[in-house]
Amino acid sequence: MSTVAKFPEKIHVASSYDVRKIRKDFPILHQTVHGKPLVYLDNAATTQKPLAVIEAIENYYRRDNSNIHRGVHTLSERATEAYEKVRVAAQKFLNAADHKEIIFVRGTTEAINLVAQTYGRKNVGNGDEVLITAMEHHSNIVPWQLLCDEKGARLRVAPINDRGELQLDEFEKLLGPKTKIVAVGHLSNALGTINHVRDIVRMAHARNIPVLVDGAQAAPRMQVDVQALDCDFYALSGHKIYGPTGIGILYGKTKLLEAMPPYQGGGDMIASVTFDKTVYNRLPYKFEAGTPNIADTIGLGAAFEYLNQLGLEQIEQHEADLLAYATKSVEAISGVQLIGTAKEKAGVLSFVMEDIHPHDIGTILDTEGIAVRTGHHCAQPVMQRFGIPATARASFGLYNTREEVDALVKGIRRVQEVLG
Amino acid sequence: MSELRELYQEVILEHSKKPKNFRAIETANHKAEGFNPLCGDHFTIYVDVKDGAINDIGFQGSGCAISKASASMMTQMLKGKTETEAEGIFTRFHDLVTGHAGDGQDLGKLAVFAGVSEFPLRVKCATLAWHAMRAALNGDQEAVSTE
Repeated sequence: MSTVAKFPEKIHVASSYDVRKIRKDFPILHQTVHGKPLVYLDNAATTQKPLAVIEAIENYYRRDNSNIHRGVHTLSERATEAYEKVRVAAQKFLNAADHKEIIFVRGTTEAINLVAQTYGRKNVGNGDEVLITAMEHHSNIVPWQLLCDEKGARLRVAPINDRGELQLDEFEKLLGPKTKIVAVGHLSNALGTINHVRDIVRMAHARNIPVLVDGAQAAPRMQVDVQALDCDFYALSGHKIYGPTGIGILYGKTKLLEAMPPYQGGGDMIASVTFDKTVYNRLPYKFEAGTPNIADTIGLGAAFEYLNQLGLEQIEQHEADLLAYATKSVEAISGVQLIGTAKEKAGVLSFVMEDIHPHDIGTILDTEGIAVRTGHHCAQPVMQRFGIPATARASFGLYNTREEVDALVKGIRRVQEVLG
Repeated sequence: MSELRELYQEVILEHSKKPKNFRAIETANHKAEGFNPLCGDHFTIYVDVKDGAINDIGFQGSGCAISKASASMMTQMLKGKTETEAEGIFTRFHDLVTGHAGDGQDLGKLAVFAGVSEFPLRVKCATLAWHAMRAALNGDQEAVSTE
């Protein structure tokens, strides 16, 4: 089977991937907006939830709600078991070596802040450097800026080219004896670029520098294997992988996590407390102070199960087909320019239109029932790099269809009609 | 669809494509920036006040059709008005785009912005230049934001 996409014929998508049937699992998709069927193309901001996730949360509150890791009663036991099962599911999802390497956090942002405030504060000092890339989301910039400001360290930024690809040779040149940690996105939310994480890790590890990967956008779109990537930390958000908001995961290698000081103090993260001395709990509880977000963790577990059933490889293939089709269709409209044309891309189609501001595009598409994101996508430095104030961004999910891409194209033509 | 036509009226589109008073004013004694961090709209408003009245007013920057047209028509409306009159027009314009006033006939040409009230997310676009104008007259140094 040739892997070269030919249009308009369909490229190979496994026959078992039935998007019509899959859409039935998502109650929210079946509604009209401004009298038009909803076309939800804002999946990079957040994904919709399958019934399995919604019901898992409801069932937890109806049947099992209780605090975890303490009560000896039946409900507490059930809640604890359900909660810890998700840790094992997350371990499998990322192919981590041990479930103790999975820390539950609020989301990618908190995961990165956790590493900056624990590993970072311990290991980054005056005159040291933290290396990121020019395509990072604000959540993988600002936590490091805070750290650098506090420590008198310097934030270095590896450049990207006009297609929105990381310049690996320049990146490597910026790795030096002062570099104490590298933080890179796996998949750019503003451009769709897939970074060569394995190469990045190899270059950094050759100099004994650990690497954190922001996986917020990659986790829903490709199979992630943290052992194959050999990254030291991997962060993701539940709500971007069809799970609830307010829950996410930080993966960290045991050796690093054990050497790190705790993030927040409180219940659950301790082994024993006296007013003279507190002994911290073992991994992963050392980093999970206070009663956690139990219900949404269980919801996230249902999302893992749902994604496993569909298969990440199949989802990846489906979205690759949609992106290729959308790229070709949108590119063909005169007056539209794509921002982010990396050779390896997934999920995201950012574009600008001649003399038409993205905000106006967003408003008009909305009246056609089409939800896209407009603005700087929490990546202002990316916008500055391309000399634009903002873009319109369509981002795809496992339930989107070619017909929805056609609706987007029609919507863009409508924008030109109204504002042209 | 009529809602959309209400929002993007011809006169608004004309002003967004060919804004009036789209220039820095050398003699300006008041100046302020308006910035919308979420969408990136960014304008600088220049006002030259003489004897309590707006002798000249201009703006520069970039933004969506609504924010640019609003800035353009604001400068036309305010030229020659006293500072007190400008404040009154600001209030009435704000009421108009937030749906707290009638059809805006007392605002003359600015009545075309009545359609904005149907699009709550766009109110900040329509009022950005106005907030900056007000900050300029009040001598505020910080860039204003409608977020």
